[in-house]
Amino acid sequence: MSDSWGNLYRSNQSSITLDWRSDPLPAREKMLAIGNRRSYGDVCINDGGTVVELSGLNKFIFFDVVEGTIRCEAGVTLWQLAKLVVPRGWFLPVTPGTGFATIGGAVANDVHGKNHHEVGSFGCFVQSLGLRRSQESDLTCSASENPELFAATIGGLGLTGAIIWVELSLKKITHSLMVVESIAYETYDEFISLSQESERTHEYCVSWVDCLNIAGRGVFFRGRHGERGNLNDSLGDNARSVPVIVGAGFPLVNQLSLRLFNYFYLRSHRGVREYDETIAKFFYPLDSLLDWNRIYGRRGFYQFQCVVPFENADVLTQVLKKVSTDKQGSFLSVLKTMGDKTSPAILSFCRPGVTLALDFPNRGRRTTELLSTLEQMIVEAEGAIYPAKDATMSTATFEKSFPRLSEFTPHIDPAYTSTFWQRVQGA
Amino acid sequence: MKSLLILGATSGIARAYVDLVASRFEKIVLVARNSEKLSELASHVSTISAADVDTITADLADSISHSELVETVIAKSGSIDCALISYGVLTDQNRCAEDVDYAMQQFHLNGTSTLALSSRIARQMAKQGGGTLAVIGSVAGDRGRRSNYCYGAAKSAVESFLAGLRSDMQKHDVHVLTIKPGFVDTPMTSNIKKGALWAGADKVAADIDTAITKKKNILYTPWFWRYIMFVIKSIPEFIFKKLPL
Repeated sequence: MSDSWGNLYRSNQSSITLDWRSDPLPAREKMLAIGNRRSYGDVCINDGGTVVELSGLNKFIFFDVVEGTIRCEAGVTLWQLAKLVVPRGWFLPVTPGTGFATIGGAVANDVHGKNHHEVGSFGCFVQSLGLRRSQESDLTCSASENPELFAATIGGLGLTGAIIWVELSLKKITHSLMVVESIAYETYDEFISLSQESERTHEYCVSWVDCLNIAGRGVFFRGRHGERGNLNDSLGDNARSVPVIVGAGFPLVNQLSLRLFNYFYLRSHRGVREYDETIAKFFYPLDSLLDWNRIYGRRGFYQFQCVVPFENADVLTQVLKKVSTDKQGSFLSVLKTMGDKTSPAILSFCRPGVTLALDFPNRGRRTTELLSTLEQMIVEAEGAIYPAKDATMSTATFEKSFPRLSEFTPHIDPAYTSTFWQRVQGA
Repeated sequence: MKSLLILGATSGIARAYVDLVASRFEKIVLVARNSEKLSELASHVSTISAADVDTITADLADSISHSELVETVIAKSGSIDCALISYGVLTDQNRCAEDVDYAMQQFHLNGTSTLALSSRIARQMAKQGGGTLAVIGSVAGDRGRRSNYCYGAAKSAVESFLAGLRSDMQKHDVHVLTIKPGFVDTPMTSNIKKGALWAGADKVAADIDTAITKKKNILYTPWFWRYIMFVIKSIPEFIFKKLPL
């Protein structure tokens, strides 16, 4: 098993598991609680230390079906939660693009989804959480109880201790199918006007962008919970495994496969189309291909996600141009706007502006140099880089991305650290 | 089936099984030694299903208390339609060689106490006119191996006993399933390095569910262990005794 989703590390870390809340957590010096290792870079890695695996700590504690609040252990996955609550008329208030991520990970990275423009990030819906720190008995943190630790733990990258359980408020739904519209567009400016128009009418907006195209053409998707599909119908569970042979050495992502993919993807989304989609297909299109990260081969891949304030968002056209002329981008290039609702998180990545996410097969220095160029462009535009996806940003960039850092650091548990944290500390 | 009884409910396989089937039962009784874990599990099962969930804290190795235990279960759930016996400890074979008392205590835990419990539950099911008793044995019971024969002998005893019980109980419409998992990735085996033959508890739980529905007698899970063990059983003893298995 790789240590994180990008497959970039062969780290030397010991591991202990915590499967029961009542079990004690043995004290170690350099600890980091982790979930399903779905972040791309090194926020879930603790080279030279101990990772506390919480993926087996995945029990539900209670579910108030009337009020729509649920309390569960940190290792419960988003998919596991969705499968429980959808038949009873509720859904995750915010979900990232994979259902394999854990609730604890979603809190620690203050993740966002296609509805950020309307509702904000995951942290906006956390009512309370249970935190286990190295020198204290278990604490409950919420807006009223230990509020500072609550704000530090949401988006706190696991550095404030181990998140043991989370209480979440859910979103009411009446039917299981999503109504989705796909709209092909030719330029980045069209993307911006489509976003502005759709945000008023559609709860979920996201766009796929052709990173080989200098103008920035792509396909805009907007969706909402529809009035079709019985809540007891299947959410569309169709996990297929990527054959082991893929990634046994040879990456499948190259200029030819990318050209072919983008050609067919654009062809199949020409014009404007409206259709129904299952929750699985709409929110987690890649989850049906288990282990899709193997397509990048043994060397793994980098992901780059940034957010830039609206007034400077034109820099993203420069970024896309640079990527297309460098011929390094990949299939998964995503553009979306973020709104102004903020979570309590001190270190939240989410802020108003436009966010762009790109994948890069690891081609060694050629790739890291490109990443560093892009990083500079984002810093100059007063943007931020997303730690959950990052493997390369500099200390200076991290500090500029998170201006409230000094408010956060006093809440770090001295026994906790991560490879990411060591890196951005310049250690 | 209306009521489910799980003995050794906090084991990895039991947890996966109850996750899979909880919503199909009206009444679930969970039995385990650790009351804190048991209450964590009970709130989980109550959340994922509409079943009425009850717990009993008991040390199942204490076979003297089994009769009382079965009575308590009946008082709580009226009948036992399906029971899964899933408690056990992975025996330290090296320690057995030096500490025979430990070896015998382990044999009682993984072997004798399971026979006692199976027997009492089967008789209760016969009295109520039928039921399903599923017991977790092990592929280790198929042949005594140097590295694991104390554990293997206990599981072997369980298997022989269940074979007789199955035949004895047929006339009472009690279905007895012997489950023989290979290597399963659960908390019991968390200290062992995992290889290609390892299966997840979810896979084993799904196999158990199918075997119960189809009224299978003996389940190897995952399926390929039937063939691995066939080969291991076929090796002549004069060669086998020299193999470092």
